[in-house]
Amino acid sequence: MEEKVREIIQQYSGDKSYLVPILQDVQKEFNYLPKDALCAVSAHLSVPISRVYEVATFYKAFSLKPKGRYQLSLCLGTACHVRGAELIARNMEDILGIEEGDTTADLEFSFETVGCLGACALGPILVVNGDYHGHMNIAKSTKILKKLGKKVTTDDEQD
Amino acid sequence: MVNLTIDNRKIEAEDGRFILDVARENGIEIPTLCSHESLEPTGSCRLCVVEAKQGKKTRIVTSCLYPVAEGMTVDTKSERVMNVRRLVLQLLMARCPESEPLRELASELGVEAEERFTPDKDKIKCILCRMCVRTCEKVVGVSAIGFSNRGPGKNVCTPFKEESATCIGCGACAYICPTGHIEMTSTGDTRTIWGRTFKMQACKVCGRFFAPEDQLAYISEKTGVPADTLAVCISCR
Amino acid sequence: MMSKIKSLDELKSVQEKFRAGRDPNRPCITVCVGTGCLAYGTKKLVDGFRAELAKRDLAGKIDFRTTGCHGFCERGPMIVISPEKTFYQRVGLDDAAEIIDKTLLKGEIIDRLLYVDPATGEKIVREDDVPFYKKQTRLVFGLNSKIDPESIEDYLAIGGYGALGKALAGMKPDDIIREVIRANLRGRGGGGFPAGWKWDETRKAEGEPKYVICNADEGDPGAYMDRSLLEGNPHLVLEGMIIGAYAIGSSEGYIYVRNEYPLAVKNIHTAIRQAREAGLLGGDILGSGFSFDLKINRGGGAFVCGESSALFASLEGRAGEPRAKYIHATHKGLYDKPTNLNNVETWANVPFIIERGADWYRGIGTAGSKGTKIFSLVGKINNTGLVEVPMGTTLREIVFEIGGGIPDGRKFKAIQTGGPSGGCIPEQCLDMPVDFDELTKIGSMMGSGGMIVMDDRNCMVNVAKYFTNFLVNESCGKCVPCREGIRRMRDILIDITEGKGREEDVELLEKMSKGIVDGSLCALGGSAPNPVLSTIRYFRDEYVAHIKEKRCPAGVCRELIAYSVDQEKCTGCTVCAKVCPTGAAAGERKKAHSIDQAKCTKCGACRESCKFDSIIVR
Repeated sequence: MEEKVREIIQQYSGDKSYLVPILQDVQKEFNYLPKDALCAVSAHLSVPISRVYEVATFYKAFSLKPKGRYQLSLCLGTACHVRGAELIARNMEDILGIEEGDTTADLEFSFETVGCLGACALGPILVVNGDYHGHMNIAKSTKILKKLGKKVTTDDEQD
Repeated sequence: MVNLTIDNRKIEAEDGRFILDVARENGIEIPTLCSHESLEPTGSCRLCVVEAKQGKKTRIVTSCLYPVAEGMTVDTKSERVMNVRRLVLQLLMARCPESEPLRELASELGVEAEERFTPDKDKIKCILCRMCVRTCEKVVGVSAIGFSNRGPGKNVCTPFKEESATCIGCGACAYICPTGHIEMTSTGDTRTIWGRTFKMQACKVCGRFFAPEDQLAYISEKTGVPADTLAVCISCR
Repeated sequence: MMSKIKSLDELKSVQEKFRAGRDPNRPCITVCVGTGCLAYGTKKLVDGFRAELAKRDLAGKIDFRTTGCHGFCERGPMIVISPEKTFYQRVGLDDAAEIIDKTLLKGEIIDRLLYVDPATGEKIVREDDVPFYKKQTRLVFGLNSKIDPESIEDYLAIGGYGALGKALAGMKPDDIIREVIRANLRGRGGGGFPAGWKWDETRKAEGEPKYVICNADEGDPGAYMDRSLLEGNPHLVLEGMIIGAYAIGSSEGYIYVRNEYPLAVKNIHTAIRQAREAGLLGGDILGSGFSFDLKINRGGGAFVCGESSALFASLEGRAGEPRAKYIHATHKGLYDKPTNLNNVETWANVPFIIERGADWYRGIGTAGSKGTKIFSLVGKINNTGLVEVPMGTTLREIVFEIGGGIPDGRKFKAIQTGGPSGGCIPEQCLDMPVDFDELTKIGSMMGSGGMIVMDDRNCMVNVAKYFTNFLVNESCGKCVPCREGIRRMRDILIDITEGKGREEDVELLEKMSKGIVDGSLCALGGSAPNPVLSTIRYFRDEYVAHIKEKRCPAGVCRELIAYSVDQEKCTGCTVCAKVCPTGAAAGERKKAHSIDQAKCTKCGACRESCKFDSIIVR
């Protein structure tokens, strides 16, 4: 892990100002920001660990916890909000049993809401591992979760 | 030197000095929570705001870091200013409902709590004045503590909220904290702060435990003075 | 790979060479591959065209070009066929073969792919006749359709970098600054500050090096103009920056791009590499002796980093906390050095001003706001997309003539401009011209150009709550009024939307707003109360209804509404029962259904799926 971190830092010539892009590359490599990686960044970039930690927790792009196999991002930009995205978010939280920003205990699903993806014509939008699903609604979001393997109880199954 | 007016008093001051310092030197009181003579001003509590008029422009600025200028007119108690101060204290009291220092300051300034702000239940005392972090970084120089997260969830902590290896147990942060949020306990030959227990050095002369060994080691490294020489407390020097 | 262009004359001949290589009469298929259209799956269509053209051995006879965003995002995937400028919209991903065979080889129009004007029922063939495009003045954004953003040759072919050549060969830095001041180019990122004055201050400030920065941290949700400019025409932005750097006396620059814009980052990287190869970036540009180079830095996901001092902090590798600003960035910005920061669209306007002159530019727009502005028109609008109009165009023209009005026959209620720092504008103000100062006068602001349209089914208190909550999550947390004040406002708004509002709440919100506006350290906090204040100003009756009557007139706030089935309209199709997660909606086939209030969670799935408008929300 230390080797990989050192490689990444070298790509930015060890320039401290590139802390944010360095952390982005580290996260891409390990799927999140492990504590050891952050300590390695601090050591090789000569930046106090308190500052690395501050930056890692300040920016929304970073996660100090492992992400799920399926990374779900729901756009909550104003255009999507106005088209009902809030209700979709609540539906997904209900089904997954987690709050936005969290990952399910089995590490299958990470769900987050994001500011704006800039594809407003297709709003509301749900992104699953980089794939855009537009014109989203409550029923569709349930269907997608079912397709990804999430067990959903409906009234059919309740009888 | 520049000439300006503060609260209708004509005052002469060195160009470039901050309004807060000039006002205080002239007996004009402006309340602060995040200002300290050993630290660069940060302008985060906003309590020290004043209304400053330069030419045709009037601005609400924090006096701790706004410099005086020729012909400036400063009002330290205008309606807009008092409005901001009241709001700041009401908000802080709702955040730290059990804080004595805050309540005292509010009462001094004639500010009552806003009951519509439901007091936070987690009973923290930290008002995020940032003095502890600034001290650790700039005065002590170890940056053992810092901030994490942002917005209302922002807090001061050690990295990963675990024991910090870089902390030297000097207690400067606890000393400078205005609300008593940072806990430091001493029992016999140990001191505990930020979840880490430090072994204290006994003074070679009087035997009193006066500073953590780690702190003395740090000072020794920085100054080149041998640790042994430093193992004498201030009273015995 | 291009070789270095070493003089203005060389530049002109290179431009001519590439221009000559583009035969305007040769058939050309242009496909939009901006992020929006890619989200429609357009890559498949593109691959299809390439494969089909190759199969028919047509590569030499028919040009094919992928471009950045064309703006009519509602209608993607879309293609334009030159020279006729035939416009096909909502193209199927497998339609490539058909389009080549019918339209390109036989000259036949495929009816089903034509845009139908909803006002007249008329089928429109040519792109220029589409009402959405016709009423715009696509000065800056229109170039997107003419070039492949990954090709510097395309940019040179349409005269790109000509303004830079003119500036370096024939104008002194002071001349350039004077021209930009005369043109009255105002910042397109939200502040509306005269760019020329900023340049002038930076040029005159003491300190080296001087920095030139492009703020591409477009954070207003619902605004994506900057992304589309960077994706679709990165060289235009580069050219503007190089001209600016020359005028200011800067040799180092940065482009700070939002992390969430991978395609923009990719295209800008490519453009910089190409510009360096061509000698348009780097040492001794065009033989002028002037040297300038750029680096790209990505944001980490923080709206506050759109604020200049927070942006600098992020560029310096720190948390994006703003600095109390009594010293302007032009004097002490990045690393405490003189820094000129401008928005993407501002930079993009510069080459036009230098090429055609300030007098020409002043001819567009209003007295106080010159030039055009690109807006993202989104929300409850038929023609969602990016529109460019001259300043002074009225909101009514934008919403109804270009935007095509409100979908599903619903009624216009408000348009929100300026993002979370702006305000909601009601119907009675629709004839207001789009202008920096006019928008500020009525309680909103131009902002970066987001325009969110809302209809009668949007609750304005809910909208105020949404923006306030957004800002709570984006606040850096450094100062008390913002960190503590905005969340208290949000909590009061939540109470109001849940029927727990108190009579004094509106007055309290207004009083708090004053303290937050005056006391906040930066513009995030300083403008945070705007959405609340503007909705109170124009939609006070909704606040009163929520507080006094515990009622949400728009039928949105969950705790205040009840779902029921219209017994007359319901056809018993059972669709609602199937989507209902709790079994609240139920009934027999072909018989009117009903909703059990005890089980209903007000998730909205039934209203969404009912095709007979039988779900009543009160």
